[in-house]
Amino acid sequence: MRFLRRLVGLFVAARTVRELARRPDEEPRIVEPGEPDPRAEAAVIVLLLLAAAAAVLFVVAYALEWSTQVLGGALGASLALVAAALLVVGARLVVTEELAEEYPRTGTPEEQDAVARIVRESGSRFTRKRLLGAAAATAGGALGAALVTPALSLGPALDTSQLNETPWRRGLRLVDRDGRPYTAQDIEDAFYTAFPEGADPKAIGSPIVLVRLDPGELRLPRGRERWAPDGIVAYSKICTHAGCAVALYRNPKFEPAQPDRALVCPCHYSTFDVATGGTVLFGPAGRPLPQLPLMVDAGGDMRAAGGFSGPVGPSWWGVRSS
Amino acid sequence: MRAVLAATLAALLGAPAAAHAGAPPIVRPVGESQLSPAQLGEQLYAGNCLRCHGIAGRGSTTGLSSGVAGPPLRGVGARAADFYLRTGYMPLDDAHDQPIRRRPQLDAKERAAVVGYIASLGDGPPVPRPEPGRGDVAEGRELFTDHCAGCHQVAAEGGILTGAKAPPLDRASPTEVAEAVRIGPYVMPAFSERDISDDELDSLIAYVQYAKHPEDAGGWGINHLGPFPEGMVTWFAAMVVLVGTCVAIGRRGVRR
Repeated sequence: MRFLRRLVGLFVAARTVRELARRPDEEPRIVEPGEPDPRAEAAVIVLLLLAAAAAVLFVVAYALEWSTQVLGGALGASLALVAAALLVVGARLVVTEELAEEYPRTGTPEEQDAVARIVRESGSRFTRKRLLGAAAATAGGALGAALVTPALSLGPALDTSQLNETPWRRGLRLVDRDGRPYTAQDIEDAFYTAFPEGADPKAIGSPIVLVRLDPGELRLPRGRERWAPDGIVAYSKICTHAGCAVALYRNPKFEPAQPDRALVCPCHYSTFDVATGGTVLFGPAGRPLPQLPLMVDAGGDMRAAGGFSGPVGPSWWGVRSS
Repeated sequence: MRAVLAATLAALLGAPAAAHAGAPPIVRPVGESQLSPAQLGEQLYAGNCLRCHGIAGRGSTTGLSSGVAGPPLRGVGARAADFYLRTGYMPLDDAHDQPIRRRPQLDAKERAAVVGYIASLGDGPPVPRPEPGRGDVAEGRELFTDHCAGCHQVAAEGGILTGAKAPPLDRASPTEVAEAVRIGPYVMPAFSERDISDDELDSLIAYVQYAKHPEDAGGWGINHLGPFPEGMVTWFAAMVVLVGTCVAIGRRGVRR
């Protein structure tokens, strides 16, 4: 019995809501009814769907690594098409009228209701509201997806273990850009970029910088005493701050009066001490440059004696500060 | 408060002034024209270089706190002596200052005499004779990008590293570039022939010469300051177009 009474109550409530929703039609209009314009509406729908297609093209182009011109063109076209659709809506579909009086303050519920009705009635020229809404949602959704897609390139989101892997293994030879191995005699007063023999030189863990110091000048952390044969030290070339190439080497000719020997990153001037295991002397880097242990084989070639002292490249979650 | 302000102002204004004032006056021997080149070189060295570089180029660190100190010059050869005098880097007022390019302090004859004297102190490399005409600008650009652009920028406009400035190369002559690459003045690394061969050096210098007057394919080069100013210019151009479009759209609405 109680259940039946509830059902009737629900039914009455639904009727009332429908009555309320219908009521505006019975009152006199505020905005003059406008002539429907099916051609303009069709144009808007076509424009919105084209915008969606251009946004999808952006996602496809990004996934297939097409040129940046295609990426920019697709995203620009999508935005331009949305703008064009809005222009058509504004110029051809929204009922326009000139208001000479000042805007009243919309404070009371009745006035707010009137504003809502003005908005609703201004849409009287729209005949295919659902289709238009669907087209707008498609365009908005596709454009949103296009804008979010590049975030996928920021790196692995869940499994970060691959960031810890580098090609360096014990016994790998150090080679230059052209694949020629470095011998200990090759390393003089300049600084040298080296790569692991046979590995991908573009991998973030591949490039290292080599510099020769006076062995007496070295103050490496404990446990790294044998990492620098003949005073030659190797560090990852990727800055631990933002991942730029550490391309600057400060190498004083008259040490007492000039800045100390250091590797400097040109992006934000993180400065790393080459004598003390890559510790940060200055700048935004939060941890030392990872050092690579070296050895010299019987033939004089430089080889790695193990992996890096820490994770290579800018920090991510799971990397401790030292 | 006023004293603090005045001191700050003096420090701000005085710092660049001091950096340019850093050349001590040249001491010249009496009757300079009558001396043989060897005597002239020795006497100019005694008057202007010895204070820091020591007797017979042995170097000195005793006056370090007051900036009167310098590295030994034995074995540096004519190459380094020629570079530092030709660029006006030496004589330097304070050993802690970075040498900067100035008008040469000695005239050509005096320079040749001092270079000859310093070369006679030990066995050192001669002044190089690069031939940038034989070099390849494209190869030079690659070499410059690899070895030099980190500090000097790819447009050779110079740059900053912590504690030092990398000078622009717009006034560097081919000989000076060849010397600097092998010497590594101040905190610049020296590059051996294994790094940059003499042939590659010719290409590198050809690029440095080219970079003094590069062909700006897009038109205005905006002083080759890089992507940030270029982006700003693009923004200002785009901004005018966008604002113009908005105004055009708005006006059309009003007229109806």
